[in-house]
Amino acid sequence: MDHGSLAGRIFRGVALALILVFFMFPIVWILLMSFQTNEQILRIPPRILFEPTLANYEALISGQLRTAAGNLEISFMHNLWNSFVLSSLAVVLALVLGVPAAYAFARYKFKLGETIAFTLLSFRFAPPLLVLLPLSLYYQELGLNDTYVGIVWVYQLIALPLILWIVRGYFEDISPDIEHAYRLAGHSWREAFTHIAVPLAGPGIAAAALLSFIFCWNNFVFALILASADKQPVTVGALAFVTASGIQYGQIAAAIVLSVMPTLLLALYAQRYLVEGLSLGAVKG
Amino acid sequence: MGMLELRHIDKTYRSRGKPPVHAVRSLDMEVGKGEIVALLGSSGCGKTSTLRMIAGFESVTSGTIALQGRRIDHLAPARRKVAMAFEGYSLYPPLTVRENIAFALKSQQIARSEMSRRVEAVARLVEIEGILESFPRAISGGQQQRVSLARALVRDADLYLLDEPMGQLEPQLRAVLRGRIKNLLAERGMTAIFVTHDQTEASALADRIAVMEDGVLQQFASERELKNQPANLFVASFIGEPPMNLLETDVSRCDGGFRLSMSREVAFEIRGDALDRVVQKTLEETASVRIGIRPQKIAVGTGEVRVRILSNQWLGDQSHVAVECGGKLLIAVTPSRVAARPGDNIQFGLDPRHIHIFGADGTCIRHAEVS
Repeated sequence: MDHGSLAGRIFRGVALALILVFFMFPIVWILLMSFQTNEQILRIPPRILFEPTLANYEALISGQLRTAAGNLEISFMHNLWNSFVLSSLAVVLALVLGVPAAYAFARYKFKLGETIAFTLLSFRFAPPLLVLLPLSLYYQELGLNDTYVGIVWVYQLIALPLILWIVRGYFEDISPDIEHAYRLAGHSWREAFTHIAVPLAGPGIAAAALLSFIFCWNNFVFALILASADKQPVTVGALAFVTASGIQYGQIAAAIVLSVMPTLLLALYAQRYLVEGLSLGAVKG
Repeated sequence: MGMLELRHIDKTYRSRGKPPVHAVRSLDMEVGKGEIVALLGSSGCGKTSTLRMIAGFESVTSGTIALQGRRIDHLAPARRKVAMAFEGYSLYPPLTVRENIAFALKSQQIARSEMSRRVEAVARLVEIEGILESFPRAISGGQQQRVSLARALVRDADLYLLDEPMGQLEPQLRAVLRGRIKNLLAERGMTAIFVTHDQTEASALADRIAVMEDGVLQQFASERELKNQPANLFVASFIGEPPMNLLETDVSRCDGGFRLSMSREVAFEIRGDALDRVVQKTLEETASVRIGIRPQKIAVGTGEVRVRILSNQWLGDQSHVAVECGGKLLIAVTPSRVAARPGDNIQFGLDPRHIHIFGADGTCIRHAEVS
């Protein structure tokens, strides 16, 4: 690759630094905030140098929120666990349903096929608020309100269209003749799916699963209405930091750091699969 | 009874919002044991569809397929005992070349040593010994094609289907491999069908050639027969290089026979008793008829017709001479150099014994005599 002249390289370096600062600043600021007390955060002007405190994290992990108005019980760690359980169950369910469906849509042309695929995608178009009222009424009648099953079911509808459409693209990129060759060598259609198609689309499936996990993790509205205290994920649980005696910025920042951590780590780990997924085209031919 | 029998095969592709495509029409074909057959035709003629129906990746719309007397058209591909080399190679990307080839043998319960012996033998045959440990994405298209071919040939199958088996190879290698593969197939008595659009390849490798066009089997015969007795206009113009000269002629009676005139000066006279009754009847009833004459059968430099040369090419072993004759273009081929320039006049000889006559529907009603 041509790195250009010296001026060009300096310009590129400066531009990259600016972009990095622009995107990283909020994250770094939140990280810094999470180690400060509310008073340190709110003083004007703000200071970069401060005495770090782990009080925010202690409060979150122990579940005791000390405010000016007295002690408050919070269940942040339980919320985090809920987020994890709900999102991963939803993604697993969506994978089990979505990957075979994506394969079917990619390989076979059948009546109403495109219509069904598009209908599934259209779940993503509907504003959640529009669906919420009828959904919660139905849920109350079915007894699904405030149950893990009920919330996973809704979360799964967030994940399924994503998985279906992303994975379908990956399956379409794999030459069907690779599976044909496998089947001619004496294997069944099902073996060709599990031994050839799924491994070849693996990076794509991983990417889709990761993306839909993040979507589920970040969901707020469905969980707000359908879940009560002990089933709440972090997104809803964070509301507890808006207390009678003020907003607990320090704890909120610490909570954000803790709740972003799993998805961030997952994304860093899965990075190479994502890149591999994007270069899958090279496998063709 | 043949090894492979195709009976009344029809294939129609239907997709919503588009008119149905009739890819294969009422195909009847029988392939004997140990026979090598080429499906020859231009793209979209239904040859690959036919191959894929035999392999089982396309269902037949109607008709039956039997292999060794056993109906297979409703069986899963795995149970048809058919091996195939795909046009797109279709190697398994995570496996090395060796594993790709050996993979085809895995379901056959063969001892490890025997397996590697066979893999190496077939690798030598198609000259890929050096890349056995490489991965498919690291080797060239031509190499991938040879791996794909090896993967099909290494198996024990009742029938071998090869889809454009040598399309990506360099000419010299292609010629060498053709010979070797033909030997291998003949030695082991393997039955094979291959798809190609290359006449040379079809002639060199196949015992019989099935010429297809527009989903219809035009003629299924040996290369010699296709050349000397083409069934219809399509086969006549498709087979042979350069293609057969096809000319419209006016029919008139003359004493003892018919006169087929290309122009006022150029005409053929055919004695009536040299023709059978059907041909005589056709000629009596029509005013014009289409005739064909192979470029190789036109005498250049001798003969009774004087024509003007349009172009004259020496190809190193033969001359292609294009002339204007009675307002029409004719191509002639001679094995010797022709010392004439475009614009010159030259003597041409057209022998009525060498002409094919085609009926109104395109079928050949009279073949040239074989000399």
